[in-house]
Amino acid sequence: MTPNLHLWLIPVLPLVGAVINGFFGKKFSRQTVAAVALLFSGAAFALVLSVAFRFSSLVRPHSETLATWIRAGSFQADFAFYLDQLSLVMLLVVTGVGFLIHIYSVGYMWEEGGFYRFFAYLNLFMFFMLTLVLASNYLLMFIGWEGVGLASYLLIGFWFTKDSAASAGKKAFIVNRVGDFGFLIALFLLIKHFGSLNFDQVAQSIRPLSPEIGGAGLLNAIGLLLMVGAAGKSAQIPLYVWLPDAMEGPTPVSALIHAATMVTAGVYMVARSHVIFERAPMALTVVAIVGTLTALFAATIGVTQTDIKKVLAYSTVSQLGYMFIACGVGAFSAAIFHLMTHAFFKGLLFLAAGSVIHAVSGEQDMRQMGGLRTKIPWTFWTMTIGTFAIAGIPPFAGFFSKDEILWQAYQASWVFWAIGLFTAFLTSFYMFRLWFLTFFGEYRGTAENAHADSASPDHGHNHGHGHGHGGIHESPRAMVIPLVVLAVLSIIGGWIGVPGSLGGSNRFAKFLGPVFHASAPTLPAEHPAEVAPSEKKTEGAEAQGRHGNELLFTAISVLAGLIGLGLAWLLYDRNPQLPQQIAASLGRFYGAVVHKYYVDELYAALFVKPLIAGSTLILWHGIDRDVIDAGLDNSAHGANQVSDSIRHMQSGNLRSYAGWVAAGAAVVIAYMVWMGAR
Amino acid sequence: MVPISYYLILSGILFACGVTGFLIKRNIITIFMSIELMLNGVNLSFVAFAAQWHALSGQVFVFFVMVVAAAEAAVGLAIIISVYRTRETLNVDQVDLLKL
Repeated sequence: MTPNLHLWLIPVLPLVGAVINGFFGKKFSRQTVAAVALLFSGAAFALVLSVAFRFSSLVRPHSETLATWIRAGSFQADFAFYLDQLSLVMLLVVTGVGFLIHIYSVGYMWEEGGFYRFFAYLNLFMFFMLTLVLASNYLLMFIGWEGVGLASYLLIGFWFTKDSAASAGKKAFIVNRVGDFGFLIALFLLIKHFGSLNFDQVAQSIRPLSPEIGGAGLLNAIGLLLMVGAAGKSAQIPLYVWLPDAMEGPTPVSALIHAATMVTAGVYMVARSHVIFERAPMALTVVAIVGTLTALFAATIGVTQTDIKKVLAYSTVSQLGYMFIACGVGAFSAAIFHLMTHAFFKGLLFLAAGSVIHAVSGEQDMRQMGGLRTKIPWTFWTMTIGTFAIAGIPPFAGFFSKDEILWQAYQASWVFWAIGLFTAFLTSFYMFRLWFLTFFGEYRGTAENAHADSASPDHGHNHGHGHGHGGIHESPRAMVIPLVVLAVLSIIGGWIGVPGSLGGSNRFAKFLGPVFHASAPTLPAEHPAEVAPSEKKTEGAEAQGRHGNELLFTAISVLAGLIGLGLAWLLYDRNPQLPQQIAASLGRFYGAVVHKYYVDELYAALFVKPLIAGSTLILWHGIDRDVIDAGLDNSAHGANQVSDSIRHMQSGNLRSYAGWVAAGAAVVIAYMVWMGAR
Repeated sequence: MVPISYYLILSGILFACGVTGFLIKRNIITIFMSIELMLNGVNLSFVAFAAQWHALSGQVFVFFVMVVAAAEAAVGLAIIISVYRTRETLNVDQVDLLKL
């Protein structure tokens, strides 16, 4: 008899908070709104913690069915929840980081309009994200998947009176729709060929298949379509364009949705579908290639950006690329490991960036910052930890997860490793560039930003930060505490996955092991998935050699990070004029990178403009205006005219009525006589 | 015995007189009498056919028509009086509005 954990409460609690704040929040005071939001997201976190403590005594995987949802023939989808090691990790990350960001938001959004609306959306997001993570079938997962897209849209466009924010929200929604289309087709294929969307049942029907026999083409197709969906949600090439624009939303939203949780849903989905991907070598290769390209591509753009949030956005895209590399080489647990540490340090970086923006009254351009080190020490130190973590400097969290991915990537192909390593160097470079530009040197902003209330109107974030503070100032305690907690997590978060070569035992991979290896395909051979698990090593000379190799690679990746740090120091602290000269000498290439390789322009020319032109000329002018509207107008006009002409029959004159009756009777009689005469 | 066509022609003439009177007369009482003429024209053809076919139902129907005509006369005359009281005319051409 398995205990009933009431898993359904975990997603429903934030939903209750969303409903209360959404419907009644307008009348509440700010304190009440904040209390409701924190209470319900905190309760979800507490419940997840209690589940986590009881987890070891459970039969795994543990699943609970709340109610039957759809039953049609042999197909069935339930409101059912599925708890295993993978979903537990995701639950902890989502509710833990989510709760911290709720706390931070109370401080950050205090002066903003629509306070209750913000928290209602934020809680709504938690509900959908937890549904996504806990679902036991693809259909329920899809509900969460669409729901987080909706919450993301609402929150990107939170300042909907600003044109750029509204269109960024629309862009995110529409680009995601392209990905969702692929996801949906994959689900149809699963239903058609396996008759179920249940994770367990799908895995059972697929497990006997091997990549060589039948099903391979089908599984490749499903895998590729799932990857399309994942690329949309997790901002991979070619669908990454929405994420940098999504920075129009409030900074806590960027931290929670567009860095820590929602964008990792694609990685989670691919990891959850590992049974399919392991038997679809081509799809897996595509995943790895897309991940590699995205990581490199986004990192190069990140180097040239000057908006502090845009740098972090491209860095997020790049780090997500790392996770897909890991998935693509079959190292799913490494991907989830990086997902977790990334949630910590990228959440931290965004929150710290928000704190910086808060301090300088809404300025987001790093060229207008500088020298903030001593003015906002808490922010500085927490951001420093985050920067070191993402740059992969030991012993911070990012080091362990990134190193794990690079090592696994090398075992699949040295190309992935080499590009990954170069990207690691770029990551370190642009993050330290941000660090030096923001915190070191002299303050370059205008005195207005430093002292006056409201910043210049041409910068995005000056909506509500015009509260009466003078000068650059440290953020309130509600913002600093989450920063500190996340900073601590960014330091120690990686220690649960210390690899064997460094004297650890990679407990994280072991913990997730049962999820990913109970189902490894029966045919091992050349497939990278089987080479991956490092915990299968036996002691002995061979293991020693591997440890030596791994240590060498670790040293190389640390070196890459340090070179990035050194270069950034040289360019942005020692010789601030040098970057301009280098940019000038690169000429057109630099121009292309600054303009994000003109991808937005390319998409606009290829898809957006033809679509708008076609819709305007054919659908709007041609069909809507000339056929539908015109048809309706003309029929109304015609009825009007006919009525107008026969209206005069009804004169009120008795004898004219009698005349019409007589005429009618005469016609009838004449007709009948004529019929009789035939 | 008189052939049935005589009765029918007479009935048709009576009916046509009624219709014509209804259409051309302006006095409401004359119009009313024209209606009675049409009814009786029809009555005549009823009894003619009843006698021809030795069927009693035609005769019975005439009584129905008469009863209805009597009731109609009562109601119609009441309306005419009411019209005359309110409009002080019996010319139907001047009575073309329901509202006063």
